[in-house]
Amino acid sequence: MGTTPYLVLSALLFTVGAVGVLLRRNAIVVFMCIELMLNAANLAFVTFARLHGGLDGQVIAFFVMVVAAAEVVVGLAVIVAIFRTRRSASVDDASLLRY
Amino acid sequence: MSALTTLDVRAVEPVATAGGVYAWTFLLIAFPALGALVLLLGGRRTDRIGHVVGTLASLASFVVAALLFVDMLGRAAEDRAVNQPLFDWLPAAGLQVSVGLLLDPLSMAFVLLITGVGTLIHVYSIGYMQHDPRRRRFFGYLNLFVAAMLLLVLADDYLVLYVGWEGVGLASYLLIGFWQHKNSAAVAAKKAFVVNRVGDMGMTLAVMAMFAVFGTTAFSGVLGGADQVSEGWLTVIGLLLLLAACGKSAQFPLQSWLLDAMEGPTPVSALIHAATMVTAGVYLIVRSGAIYAGAPLAQTAVVVVGTITLVMGAIIGCAKDDIKRVLAGSTMSQIGYMVLAAGLGPAGYAFAIFHLLTHGFFKANLFLGAGSVMHAMDDEVDMRRYGGLRRYLPLTFLTFAAGYLAIIGVPPFAGFWSKDRIIEAAFADNLLVGTCALLGAGITAFYMTRLMLMTWFSERRWKPDVHAHESPLVMTLPLLALGLLSLVGGAAMLWTAGGIVEWLEPVVGEEEHALPFPVWVLTAATLVVIVAGVALAWMRYGREQVARTAPTRVSFATTAARRDLYGDAVNEVALMRPGQRLTGSLVYADSRGLDRAVNGVAALMGGSSGLLRRVQTGFVRSYALSMLGGTVLVVVALLSVRLS
Repeated sequence: MGTTPYLVLSALLFTVGAVGVLLRRNAIVVFMCIELMLNAANLAFVTFARLHGGLDGQVIAFFVMVVAAAEVVVGLAVIVAIFRTRRSASVDDASLLRY
Repeated sequence: MSALTTLDVRAVEPVATAGGVYAWTFLLIAFPALGALVLLLGGRRTDRIGHVVGTLASLASFVVAALLFVDMLGRAAEDRAVNQPLFDWLPAAGLQVSVGLLLDPLSMAFVLLITGVGTLIHVYSIGYMQHDPRRRRFFGYLNLFVAAMLLLVLADDYLVLYVGWEGVGLASYLLIGFWQHKNSAAVAAKKAFVVNRVGDMGMTLAVMAMFAVFGTTAFSGVLGGADQVSEGWLTVIGLLLLLAACGKSAQFPLQSWLLDAMEGPTPVSALIHAATMVTAGVYLIVRSGAIYAGAPLAQTAVVVVGTITLVMGAIIGCAKDDIKRVLAGSTMSQIGYMVLAAGLGPAGYAFAIFHLLTHGFFKANLFLGAGSVMHAMDDEVDMRRYGGLRRYLPLTFLTFAAGYLAIIGVPPFAGFWSKDRIIEAAFADNLLVGTCALLGAGITAFYMTRLMLMTWFSERRWKPDVHAHESPLVMTLPLLALGLLSLVGGAAMLWTAGGIVEWLEPVVGEEEHALPFPVWVLTAATLVVIVAGVALAWMRYGREQVARTAPTRVSFATTAARRDLYGDAVNEVALMRPGQRLTGSLVYADSRGLDRAVNGVAALMGGSSGLLRRVQTGFVRSYALSMLGGTVLVVVALLSVRLS
């Protein structure tokens, strides 16, 4: 079985994630879309690792997972803190930091 | 250049290094400098002892000077010059400046004059400034003045001399403007400072030129190597030094500050005119004799400047009604005599210094006497409101008369001996210059007699509520001392211990001048001219009544002399107005041109950044979109490069 289906799936997942980030207002959903993009990238890494028969891609996928986990911790904490003060999780409402 | 720096630089005269009592030479400067330091930094705590400390500092310096003088008298003429090296000031490669003191017969004469007359002026000031709340500060400035002047005459390097030169300028500024609450005093101080700066510029350039030509600024190097330098350079340096001397000594064309400097307290005028400041220019020229020896053009310029100033000062003195301004005009004139003599080379140097010393005695005497009169007359300076004072201030009158006879040159008073020698030397040099000097003596006799008659004789023209009284002893004692010096000082210096000419000979050299006619003819002619001047003044002011207010319908010459021969007007037209216009146009160019360009660039940046910051909307999703757009752009760019 070739690698094409995996790569197509990866591209689809990434597109879904990117569109979600751009279009959705809820911070939690935006966050999940970011995870989706990260995992799409992971899938591509692993596929290529398999294609080349090396371990580099696998290792990088692990790194991405660890960093993503850390990011989730910080990101969710920020979202919760914002929600507590502003009673809203919409990313458009948190637009004070502008010109 | 290298050829010049490897010159066989010999000392001007054999110079011994300081030992014995000469190790104390630095104390001459240290005492007054310390006095100034204590009084100016001590603040109000030293208010009560200020005048004592100041006077003692000056007196201590005089005592040291007297001890050194006695020792120097005992030495042979050729090893009287002593050098005391103090420390290395600028030990840089190619420029070695070390601070040292040079005590030779020339600087010894100055040191004695500065500390001696200076101390008498200090003592006099105790009484004169008694009721001034800032007396302590006054004495601090006086000490600073004396210290700076001593540094000037004791330095063995032109750069060190320059430090004293500037110190004298600073001290004179502080003292002329001492009564700073009077606007006229503040303006006069500023004027003195600014005019002096013009002269200082000449000094700066001269020092730079010396360094460029000789590779050193030490007296030994510059004066010793002067005969191996081209005449062009010597002329340049000589003219620059003359400019410097003109500034300090109030010579034409930088004379205008001296008459305004009368705004300071009277002891200051005495100090400036007799012991310090205006003598600095004469000292500079005499000290730089080796340079002028190789620059006849510069020497001629010195003579011309001196002659013009001596006539100008005398003419100005004739028309003034302010007693201090008459004396100021006479100072200009007398310094003109000295500069004229200094321009005659070795034939005149000794006489310039001789006249400087006698002038120091009688001019200090006259100024302090004028101060005593003002003290008695409630600070009135207009001679038209004096008259008949000889009965009320007998002591002051007596000493003033001695000063008067000395300045107009009546034998055996001090001025006769010195002025007569200068007139002789001038005639030997050039008939025209000699005639001017002779004429100057006549005019001097005229205006000084006028001053005498208007102040001491004639009827009382006082203001109604004036009660003239003799000054306290602390003021009359210095007057008596100076009066005595005016009487015997000249003859004493000429006839005792070989005389001043022989005393100065190792430093300035000596040259016999040949007169086209016997000396006694000239002396007789001088006396005749003086008597004519006195008689003219008596006919005009002794026989006739003196008007209480200055007559307004007067000849053009009188008007011109009253306005200082239009010195200020010339300065204004030639320098001030063009300077103002230059400043105005520069300000215009600056505000309209430069400022606009700079402000325009700033406005452009501000405006464009104001537009650019609109991009920062605060919406996360629009940032994300721009990131995506950027990424896509990069990817497309990479792909297009890869595929093409």
